[in-house]
Amino acid sequence: MLEQLYNAVFIGSIYALFAVGFALVFSVLDVLNLAHPTVFMLGAFAALFTIATLGLPWYAAILVAIIVTGCFGILLDRVAFAPLRARGAPQLSSMISSLAVTLIVVRVVELRYGGDFIVFPAGTVPSFLIRFGDVTLEGIRLVIILLSFVVMAALTYVVRSTRLGRELRALAENPRAARILGIDVERAIAATFFISSALGGLAGVLLAFAYNSLDSRMGIPLELRAFTVMVVGGMGSLPGAVLGAYVLALGEVASLVYLPAELRDAFAFGLLFLVLIVRPTGLLGQRSVDRA
Amino acid sequence: MSLETLALTKRFGGVIAVNAVDLGIASRQVFGLIGPNGAGKTTLINVIAGQLRPDGGTVRFEGEDVTGLEAHQLTRRGIARTFQGGRVFKGLTAYENVLIGRHTRMRSDVLAALVPFRTPSENVDRDHAHALLERVGLRQRATTLAGELAYGDQRRLEIARALASEPRLLVLDEPAAGLNATESDRLRELMRALVGDGLTIILIEHNVRLVMGTCERVAVLNFGRKIAEGSPSEIQADPVVREAYLGAEDAA
Amino acid sequence: MDALRDFLSAYSTTIAIVGVNALLALSVWVTLYAGQLTLGNAAFMAVGAYVSALLGRYLDVPFPLALAIGAVGSGALAAPLGLTVFRLRGVYLAIATLAFGEVVRVVLLATPITGKGQGLNGIPPKTELWHVYLTLAVVAYVLWRVQGSIVGRAWAAIREDELAAASQGIPVRRYKLAAFAIGALVAGWAGGLSAHVTFSIDPNDFAFTKAVQILVFAVVGGVPSVLGPIFGATLLTSLPELLRPLKDARDIFQGLVLLGVIVYLPRGLVTLAQLRRTRRLQQIGATDVA
Repeated sequence: MLEQLYNAVFIGSIYALFAVGFALVFSVLDVLNLAHPTVFMLGAFAALFTIATLGLPWYAAILVAIIVTGCFGILLDRVAFAPLRARGAPQLSSMISSLAVTLIVVRVVELRYGGDFIVFPAGTVPSFLIRFGDVTLEGIRLVIILLSFVVMAALTYVVRSTRLGRELRALAENPRAARILGIDVERAIAATFFISSALGGLAGVLLAFAYNSLDSRMGIPLELRAFTVMVVGGMGSLPGAVLGAYVLALGEVASLVYLPAELRDAFAFGLLFLVLIVRPTGLLGQRSVDRA
Repeated sequence: MSLETLALTKRFGGVIAVNAVDLGIASRQVFGLIGPNGAGKTTLINVIAGQLRPDGGTVRFEGEDVTGLEAHQLTRRGIARTFQGGRVFKGLTAYENVLIGRHTRMRSDVLAALVPFRTPSENVDRDHAHALLERVGLRQRATTLAGELAYGDQRRLEIARALASEPRLLVLDEPAAGLNATESDRLRELMRALVGDGLTIILIEHNVRLVMGTCERVAVLNFGRKIAEGSPSEIQADPVVREAYLGAEDAA
Repeated sequence: MDALRDFLSAYSTTIAIVGVNALLALSVWVTLYAGQLTLGNAAFMAVGAYVSALLGRYLDVPFPLALAIGAVGSGALAAPLGLTVFRLRGVYLAIATLAFGEVVRVVLLATPITGKGQGLNGIPPKTELWHVYLTLAVVAYVLWRVQGSIVGRAWAAIREDELAAASQGIPVRRYKLAAFAIGALVAGWAGGLSAHVTFSIDPNDFAFTKAVQILVFAVVGGVPSVLGPIFGATLLTSLPELLRPLKDARDIFQGLVLLGVIVYLPRGLVTLAQLRRTRRLQQIGATDVA
């Protein structure tokens, strides 16, 4: 029971890091970044490269992953989102262009590393056990949980109390007014993508470390979960994404107990559908949902 | 009697936007609805035309209780409207806009659509649409995308589209907003002509000259309540009405 | 003639798949034309595939009837979807349809008779090329006629402005439901055809990736015309084959093509022919689907 709770909190933390990045872009720019699962995967592979090819320790790998994916995020915006923004294209276009980027990047990674599961070289990823009464837990998951809390606290600080955070909130509220007020919109958007992608990349590295495996398609299940998390927590709400992440993770672990394994995915989607029909604004949603 | 409302009420959370409004609108006239901004005029007609459901009271159209019916049902029964600011289908041509307005009156059979040539009833609809475009002076612009029309033309197109459903009651929400004096006069002429053809018109307007020059009767709303009703000259002389507008100016 | 026959038999599976994909693209086109973004058609395809295959295997139902029952089953399933999502728009609608589709797919996965994770194997190859292309011709013709009819105009109005459409007397919910149902019907029929071409059904064929792929066919091809989705499906399905020489790099090339089209040709490839109208539509901010 404790072990299940522990795992739920761990997986919830991963979902939270991933979903918050996703929600950040949605709240500031009103687009679904379908390339987000790509940065998740890229973070893991950047770490692999750092450890296996550059021979650097795991903490350097995390740093590299964050920087690489953050920069990729900025590039992603320039290629797939900015041109569409410039001509006022609707959301669907951006979804498709980011999807195209995903197709390209996943394939490039596969060309270099193949499509199968890869493990990190032996001994490079820290792994230790914690004994709690008569239960044995994977220690690294606790580290990840704590790290996630720290990161989210830092993000909260940035959004609430820094100038950048204020600019982002203004952009989310009213882009035109933000521009008139003298906010450097392009710079703020670049920052949004950097932070969002860095968070996604961090989630990817951490998950890869925890499971000691990665593959080119690891982002896809996360992507679908992210939709559920965002909707349940409230589209565009960052605390909502965090809340939704833990709710989903707990629900999934609980449903494993009561539902046959094949139906576990149905839980996430059933929940998603229900929330959209009954309360589209989710638990903490602030913006009004586009509805009649 | 074209339209009657009895104690019609609409609430949004704690705010009462329309407060027990009684109206009796006789046929074949232009009935004006005025009041300061935020008085509830648009909300009232949103309830009458079916965009909103009332929280209390009743609406009767030509003697029939139509309270709570949806917009498309009311259109079928003979109520059409235009919207504040204008809501034409921008990506479609002027002709297509009016043809869509004719939706409820088309004698169309889906099976008939499958044959690759035009049926006689389709020709009737075509001609009717062209005639309406002619009437509002947009015949030349039939194939222009509605979004490319000048603002005044868009508003006229919206009226043509509303007329396509052969309504007996036409509700116009600030049709003269943004129109110059010449265009407003044309609008007034059109409204009087339509009434001559048997239509009843409810007109929401801020353009005092237009209201006073066109309407037979005017009702004044303030804070959701009807505060006055009468002929244009009676309304202009009414101190309560003055107070409402001047009070609103003081607060502004 | 011989060369043509050789070509057809060598590539018959691919050509059949092109036709099936064109049908799937049309199934999404219907809903897009009405302004509804749907990602649920992969699931409807799955229902059609499983139902027709199982009816054939266990009840010896003749092929056309099995296809029809599969299609009707999918169409019926669209009813609860259409009735519940009518208030949602844009992204929310897309996600809701996706979620619905995934629930259907997962339930199919969990039902023993469908073979669960292994899917169904050994489905007799009953589909002939002419089945696929006759269906495509009929569906394309019917949709083209419907587009120019009162129904098509009502859908266009709903796409442009739902509130104004309702004021014209259009029962918006009913028309949206019809669009969903017709789309599901076509997707279900296409699923049945597909199952009997590929001899087996793998439940993973109908997941998120497939749903997005179908949407991409329709959007890349272009929504203004029925030919758009057909063209988009044909191009994107045959591209991997045409690009075979590029070997591993061909997926990358395909991604680049997709990216290029969506960034530079907003209303799809079909609008290359109507470039002026596209630009004007952009300028006036008219409702786009892509």
